[in-house]
Amino acid sequence: MVSPAGNVEGRRDADTPVRAQCEVLTRRREGVYWHLSFSAREIAERARPGQFVNLAVDAPGTLLRRPFSIAKVSSKGPYAGTIDVVFDAHGPGTRWLTTVEPHDVLDVIGPLGTPFPLPQRKVPCLLVGGGYGTAPLLFLADVLTRKGLRTDMIVGAATRERLFDIIEAKRSSASVTLTTEDGSAGTQGRVTDVLDRVATASRTGVVYACGPNPMLAAVSERCRELGLPVQVAVEERMACGIGVCFTCVLPMHTADGSVRMVRSCLEGPVLDGARVAWEQTGVGGTSVAIPPAATSAAATSAADAQRRARERELWGER
Amino acid sequence: MSAEVRRVDASELAAREVPETEAEVDLAVDLAGIHLDNPITTASGCFASGREVDRFYDITELGAIVVKSITREPRQGLPTPRMAETPAGMLNAIGLQNPGVEAWLEHDLPWLAERGAKVIASIAGTTPDDFRHVARALRRQPGIVALEVNLSCPNVSHRGLVFACSGPDSAEVISAVHREAEVPVLAKLTADVTDLPGVAEQVVAAGADGLTLINTLLGMAIDPDTGHPELANTYGGLSGPAIRPVAVRAVHQVHQALPDVPIIGCGGVREVGDVIQFVRAGASAVAVGTSTFVDPFVGQHLIGGLRRWLGERGFASIAELRGAVQPW
Repeated sequence: MVSPAGNVEGRRDADTPVRAQCEVLTRRREGVYWHLSFSAREIAERARPGQFVNLAVDAPGTLLRRPFSIAKVSSKGPYAGTIDVVFDAHGPGTRWLTTVEPHDVLDVIGPLGTPFPLPQRKVPCLLVGGGYGTAPLLFLADVLTRKGLRTDMIVGAATRERLFDIIEAKRSSASVTLTTEDGSAGTQGRVTDVLDRVATASRTGVVYACGPNPMLAAVSERCRELGLPVQVAVEERMACGIGVCFTCVLPMHTADGSVRMVRSCLEGPVLDGARVAWEQTGVGGTSVAIPPAATSAAATSAADAQRRARERELWGER
Repeated sequence: MSAEVRRVDASELAAREVPETEAEVDLAVDLAGIHLDNPITTASGCFASGREVDRFYDITELGAIVVKSITREPRQGLPTPRMAETPAGMLNAIGLQNPGVEAWLEHDLPWLAERGAKVIASIAGTTPDDFRHVARALRRQPGIVALEVNLSCPNVSHRGLVFACSGPDSAEVISAVHREAEVPVLAKLTADVTDLPGVAEQVVAAGADGLTLINTLLGMAIDPDTGHPELANTYGGLSGPAIRPVAVRAVHQVHQALPDVPIIGCGGVREVGDVIQFVRAGASAVAVGTSTFVDPFVGQHLIGGLRRWLGERGFASIAELRGAVQPW
């Protein structure tokens, strides 16, 4: 049963997600990706960069919603109260979404998950995007710029065609550095090959990253070596998106030195990249091994305690 | 939706008092001596701690809340991938990730109890003694109105075969829990057996005050290209609308064999018509699981929808439909 557009359910507190019936405004190709814009005032009012929406799809053989990072929120002008998402059509759910038309009604839950924390002092921010993972970073760049912070971007992908929206990246950031694995645009290689250089040149104080997990693991590792705080938005297979099914878990080092499986839909998708136990996530493959209960010496070191203290001061109360 | 199209039998029409308005429809049910304001509960493992869904609506509107299974020690669960979507359903192998009974009593139960929720605590373990230990820890705790014993756990002393596949193994666990419990004990059974009423009889004889039917059905899916099983655990539990007919059959079969034993019906409930099917088959209450993943509001919708469904058809109460299957 489809409710009419504009119907909204939920507590409507400032920080609670809602379920809304949203009218599709546009659906178009954006390079090799797809771009979808829909009217969702109550979600747009609450959404912050890094959070996601969960869309019901009506494709044959599907049951579950599909999660999408919020790529943009329009709060002013004729498109006030709209949400944009960007996706790759790689399964029956996303393929169905490429067929929706303007004025169709989508059943949307959001905003869900944790947002990117914003620094409490003026530090230059480096945003590292892989593939369509760049999309939510453009929303973040917009928010950081409005706070008066300098942003620099590294935009990477396998090929030139898979670099997402370079024009918008250039508009929002002080510098944009491109990398492609095949060398068809920018520096040939991966985002981590240029990270040191860009971070030094732009006096980076904070790194944000969004893209495939192997890229996030590599960026987190490089940031750890450089002593840079790093916040990553992960993409995991989800069933519910609201924290009840325990499908989308990732291992995280805790302050007491143990490793705990956290839900990327509730405690993430934005996580402290330095605390994700990437070595146990089987990045490159898809399987996550279950961490041993034993305490990890590395996580309880004095250096780690110092890092945590510095970051508490950087991000403030969260 | 076949569930929306149904004939009202003439004998039902004659026998009942016709309510004046929907507001007068009585949704209250008795479950093994527990009064529930309405028959809608959550299915274990599909509602986490309760706080997650309470962001969307007041979860104390639900008749009862069956929490995620609690074990003696904390559990990190199984490796990922833990879930695979299948036609009209999904497979999962989570591995009972939970904080352990001690942490649950400290962090999760107090919140549910303060909110006034009726809590059915699901307990799990790998030996009868594990179950006994958790049941003992849950004595005299606020808000707990019943225990649900998750018998679909691997039995370490029986080659990892789940307790629920064996009547005697299930009975042994139920009897250990029954000795400790001061609230009604519900045995959650699987339909992956050849003689479900037989297993049901054995757990009732061992002290179960009621039954929850059914747990997920064991399944497997393989990626045809890579050859990998879709789940890291190879096998997983099938849930969702795909299993609903099996669950309705199981409830009906057991209710026929044991008409006095209260049953929570569970399996693929999405719409009001599904709830009615389970009640007619013999369920006293109906649990909603996988549907919550798709619609966090589903429990709240079903309560309102049930009132309307009954009111429109002139039924005064849900209880009067229990076991009402009209023979051809």
